[in-house]
Amino acid sequence: MALRPPVPWAPLVIAEDHCKGCELCVAACPKGVLALDRGRVNALGYHPVELTVPAACTSCAFCARVCPDAVFTVWAAPRKASGEERSR
Amino acid sequence: MTLHSPGPASSGASGARLIYHKPDVLLDRSTHYCPGCGHGVVHRLLAEVMTELGLPPHTIAVAPVGCAVFAYDYLNVDFVEAPHGRAPAVATGIRRVRPEAFVLTYQGDGDLAAIGTAEIVHAAARGERITAIFVNNGIYGMTGGQMAPTTLLGQRTTSSPNGRDAALMGFPIRITEMLAQLPGVTYAARGSVADVPAIGKLKAMIKRACQVQIDGGGFAIVEALSNCPVGWGMTPQQSLEHLKGPVVETYPLGVMVDRGTASAAGPASGGSTGPSSTPGQPEP
Amino acid sequence: MTREKEIRMAPQFGDAQAEANRRARVLMKGNEAMAEAAIQAGCDAYFGYPITPQAELLEWMARRMPELGRVFVQAESELGAINMALGAAATGARVMVSSSSPGISLMAEGMSYMAGSGTPMVLVNVMRAGPGLGGIGPSQSDYFQATKGHGHGDYRVPVLAPASIGEAMELMATAFELAERYRTPVMLVADGILGQAMEPVELRFRTPERRAFDWALTGASGRPARIIKSIDLQPEILEKRNLALQHKYREIARREVRWESWRLEDAEFAIVAYGTAARVARSAIARARERGIKVGLFRPITLWPFPERELARLSRHLHGILTVELSSGQMVEDVRLAVEGRCPVAFHGRMGGMVPTPDEVLGALKALSAKATRTRESEHHVQMVGRGAPTPGHNESDVGAGVHAGARHGGRR
Repeated sequence: MALRPPVPWAPLVIAEDHCKGCELCVAACPKGVLALDRGRVNALGYHPVELTVPAACTSCAFCARVCPDAVFTVWAAPRKASGEERSR
Repeated sequence: MTLHSPGPASSGASGARLIYHKPDVLLDRSTHYCPGCGHGVVHRLLAEVMTELGLPPHTIAVAPVGCAVFAYDYLNVDFVEAPHGRAPAVATGIRRVRPEAFVLTYQGDGDLAAIGTAEIVHAAARGERITAIFVNNGIYGMTGGQMAPTTLLGQRTTSSPNGRDAALMGFPIRITEMLAQLPGVTYAARGSVADVPAIGKLKAMIKRACQVQIDGGGFAIVEALSNCPVGWGMTPQQSLEHLKGPVVETYPLGVMVDRGTASAAGPASGGSTGPSSTPGQPEP
Repeated sequence: MTREKEIRMAPQFGDAQAEANRRARVLMKGNEAMAEAAIQAGCDAYFGYPITPQAELLEWMARRMPELGRVFVQAESELGAINMALGAAATGARVMVSSSSPGISLMAEGMSYMAGSGTPMVLVNVMRAGPGLGGIGPSQSDYFQATKGHGHGDYRVPVLAPASIGEAMELMATAFELAERYRTPVMLVADGILGQAMEPVELRFRTPERRAFDWALTGASGRPARIIKSIDLQPEILEKRNLALQHKYREIARREVRWESWRLEDAEFAIVAYGTAARVARSAIARARERGIKVGLFRPITLWPFPERELARLSRHLHGILTVELSSGQMVEDVRLAVEGRCPVAFHGRMGGMVPTPDEVLGALKALSAKATRTRESEHHVQMVGRGAPTPGHNESDVGAGVHAGARHGGRR
């Protein structure tokens, strides 16, 4: 089952309805670009996490490693080379 | 297969690389664990390791009584529920009649170090070829936060409201050290979910403990120091700080014993079976 | 079952002797005979812990199971043993555990889990005297434990009670059959005498057919994962699970009742007894018959399901029932429930490892017989008085009428 990158592009795909708002990812993110969206609640009743500055995300996946609910799917930005590099 | 690289072209994002996606053996459903609870991390690490080693189709796992009683709802392998503390005995029965299976137990500290002390000691003494995952958060979470044999001195719980007093309630038990000196134990280690590097090292320990079984070794146990934000009365982040502070002072991290043969390199190579190691996974 | 298995059964005898044994009867100790019967019934794995008076069963298994490439584990305790059995049984293996009364108490939790999760197993209790550490003499004081107790929750296990070593061997195969057919633990209760005595037995064994199990844990390769569990936190779901269990127990009660009737065709009295007590009762009945008491034996072989319908039917024609047990009186409660006051039910028992003699039982039977005769004569007298002289107020016959009428309807001792 091949996964497709998100359209429009974003380095993180967040399974919002599994997020419990524990904020461990917020603390773990070296760029500080994760935060709870306190303006809304998800189906579980928590404020889900959101990526505040997608351009600053380096796809380090620290968020994915600390998340107890496996909400993160992490993508690395497409390489800008003129066609010679393919990812595998 | 945990990760797939996308095909050559995806509209609007050609060449994007998948860095991390949770393994399929970890089912796509919300868990009942509290926000920030380390069980979720350990389940995920176990799912990653099992996938990397090709274990799910051969696995028969034993679920405990404790917060992880519903582990079988989250990990998509054959599971049997054990009475409180008895998982190592249940696993022994499975192992003896199913020599070809991969046999796994998952227990908390009340399950393993209180009511189940006899069962874990004797499974280890017999050198049963099983992999025991021991999640130690120093408290009885499921029943509302009572004192456990692993609760720290001075720690307040609902059954030690004035703090654990050694004179009345004894000292915390470092059970993995106790087990490590038994000849039947091939691998005994303690890791933690406290931060990204610790999680990486814990994953390597879990992988090693599984590899020991695959290689035909004896008993293997990994103790994962974990947090209980609700039981400890802390926020999730505070609870991880607590893990890095007082908890690890009582329960030092590291490998206590590894009597196995140095199998095909370490975890980085992805083990002897299953798909190759996934890119971007934490290195030990 | 192949000849090879029979011959290998008793390596100390040698092949030629074993061949002769096939056609002859061999002196065997009960514990060992039961163990071998389980082996020949296809037991894949045995888990146990030493306790008197069944240690020989464990020791026989310790020698024979590895010979046959099967599983033997002496666990760290009975707690360990029952849980190892749970694990092995969850994978579809044919599993047996044995112990004696105090050890069965420890296994109670495991029994409840196995009943709740539908895991088959055979458990042998070689009963000893209790309570507590008690003694190692024979006893039947675990009747309540076997039929009504051991673990918590709304469950039953079929309980088989042999009265001889040969019957124990035959019922061992039945036990495995019932366990697998109904996905339930099954208990076989013997006592210290059956376990320790030596009797001539025919080396005839039965191996129940193997079934394919669609619930067994074998590794989820090419199929959805399976879960063996007994928990359901939603009351609606747990109720459904319990209703299914109760339906199963009704099925078992309908189809699996076993009992023996001996010399009951013309009987006015019956002795109800099982196991070793039934053997004593047989001797007592023989003596009673010589003295003109028309008595027979009703011997339950399944203690659960208890042969209540058959006993109820029988009690309509009886003047009295004597229940004999090696206990304070446990099965007698089920006898009274089945009899529903149709005739008096008396009890005779010994405890602590003591075994009643046939003469003791005969004495109790004679007392029951005498009392029953007096009762019938008074009732006859009351009926005669009632028809002839309707005299209200206090007089001897009215007082007498009240007492005896009460005795007839209430079925009091």
